[in-house]
Amino acid sequence: MTGPVLELVCPAGTPAALRAAVNAGAHTVYCGFADETNARNFPGLNFSRDELAAGVAYAHRAGSKVLVAINTFPRAGAEELWHRAVADAHAAGADAVIVADLGLLAHAAERHPGLRRHLSVQAAAANPDAINFYAETFGVKRVVLPRVLSVEEITAINRDIDVETEVFVFGGLCVMAEGRCSLSSYATGLSPNMNGVCSPASHVVYTEEQGELVSRLGDFTIHKVAKDAPAPYPTLCKGCFSAGGQTGHVFEDPISLDAAELIPRLAKAGVVALKIEGRQRSRAYVAAVVKSFRRATDAIAAGRPVPASELAYLTEGQTSTLGAYRKTWR
Amino acid sequence: MNHSAPIPLFPPLGARLLAPLPAGPLSLVLGRVARGMAERHPGLFTRLGPHAEKRFLIDPTDLPFSFLVWPKPSGPRIEARSRVTAADWDCRIAGPLAALLGMVHGAYDGDALFFSRDIVMEGDTEAALALRNAIDDAEIDLFAEAAVSLGAVGRLAGQRLLPLVRTASRITGVALTRPEDLA
Repeated sequence: MTGPVLELVCPAGTPAALRAAVNAGAHTVYCGFADETNARNFPGLNFSRDELAAGVAYAHRAGSKVLVAINTFPRAGAEELWHRAVADAHAAGADAVIVADLGLLAHAAERHPGLRRHLSVQAAAANPDAINFYAETFGVKRVVLPRVLSVEEITAINRDIDVETEVFVFGGLCVMAEGRCSLSSYATGLSPNMNGVCSPASHVVYTEEQGELVSRLGDFTIHKVAKDAPAPYPTLCKGCFSAGGQTGHVFEDPISLDAAELIPRLAKAGVVALKIEGRQRSRAYVAAVVKSFRRATDAIAAGRPVPASELAYLTEGQTSTLGAYRKTWR
Repeated sequence: MNHSAPIPLFPPLGARLLAPLPAGPLSLVLGRVARGMAERHPGLFTRLGPHAEKRFLIDPTDLPFSFLVWPKPSGPRIEARSRVTAADWDCRIAGPLAALLGMVHGAYDGDALFFSRDIVMEGDTEAALALRNAIDDAEIDLFAEAAVSLGAVGRLAGQRLLPLVRTASRITGVALTRPEDLA
């Protein structure tokens, strides 16, 4: 007995990571330009126009697709930067663009009707009415669902829409309504949604103080981690704070998503594509995670059980969660 | 190589034997390697951007000395420094030699090494990320770079020694060169 063939959508922060993803078996790779048009606008990362064209050619030779994330929200008066990104992705031969902003979607649909459009998780479309609006109005073919939905909710959404759905299965876990979170903006003055930087490195300081690793974002101390305890990313949503005599993680523990064991249920829920987070990670991470999840998708397609995940060593907090797919939050 | 296994440490006896060696001659060789890498991997400077002018202290905590890396395009330098004199840096990345080599060669993920506390980062975080991403994209092989920087003789010696180095990598668990499955 065989099962569904799920598309594995893998991250690439650099051309080397793109090649690593393709070589490891990625069906599809997603990446972005080296500017604020994408939500991973970190130093030393991302693609020039020439690098994207070469990356698309490399991926296509291997039978893989390339999606270009243009998923921040254009600033008034600077829309041309985002418009040019869509045009250049189209010219480079990208298989689709991943877009969040209504205006940019309208522009892409009008000026580049032959370029497939996916709705970014940054659009936070979390119900059938919203998704159907994007599909009917802008011809969106696929929606990347927010990481706040349970498997049951995803099943219900898929019953009432006609477009493809893609869900995150591994990597950093954003627990907010994505595209609408301003925590990092408040602390640093730079926006994840408009400048493409959550917890920008320019505002992060690590120090060793009395054996503890202290992480600061702007003027805020986010963590004090004991010697030899796992270190977290410097994000406010996973910060450990003291207030009213209590100390704890307010929104979420420093932990990563690993939903490998839920892949059969996600497939049954109607999901067609599985997304791996981590464009800011190295080619070593990309190769290891893609290989592991390709084994999982091949197992599902062959009607075999999903092999056990051995990726904990790559995760924030050195441990993993099923996130909102199985809601057990306090 | 099992990437989830503990990071191997440089043998303490070996570190003690290296301690009396003068840093000057090593710096001369490293300078030559740096200039060669800059010529062969110009994309490093594009990814580093303004951070190419910063000074990075790469600090293998199981060796008796550290390395001051100054990538500046006008004349890249790498100098061996004793810990006592290694203070004039913008950013310090410290950890076992095997972790640092493994990051350069694509065997280890930098974020995972940070999560597990195998490496420590201090100073200019933005510069550290730019350097890490630039090196990861350049797919550098330090063994090959060192061999090429020593001219035709070095190139020939490198080819002859490569099987031995790969065997040593497998035995020690240290990525002395780019892993074969990434090459």
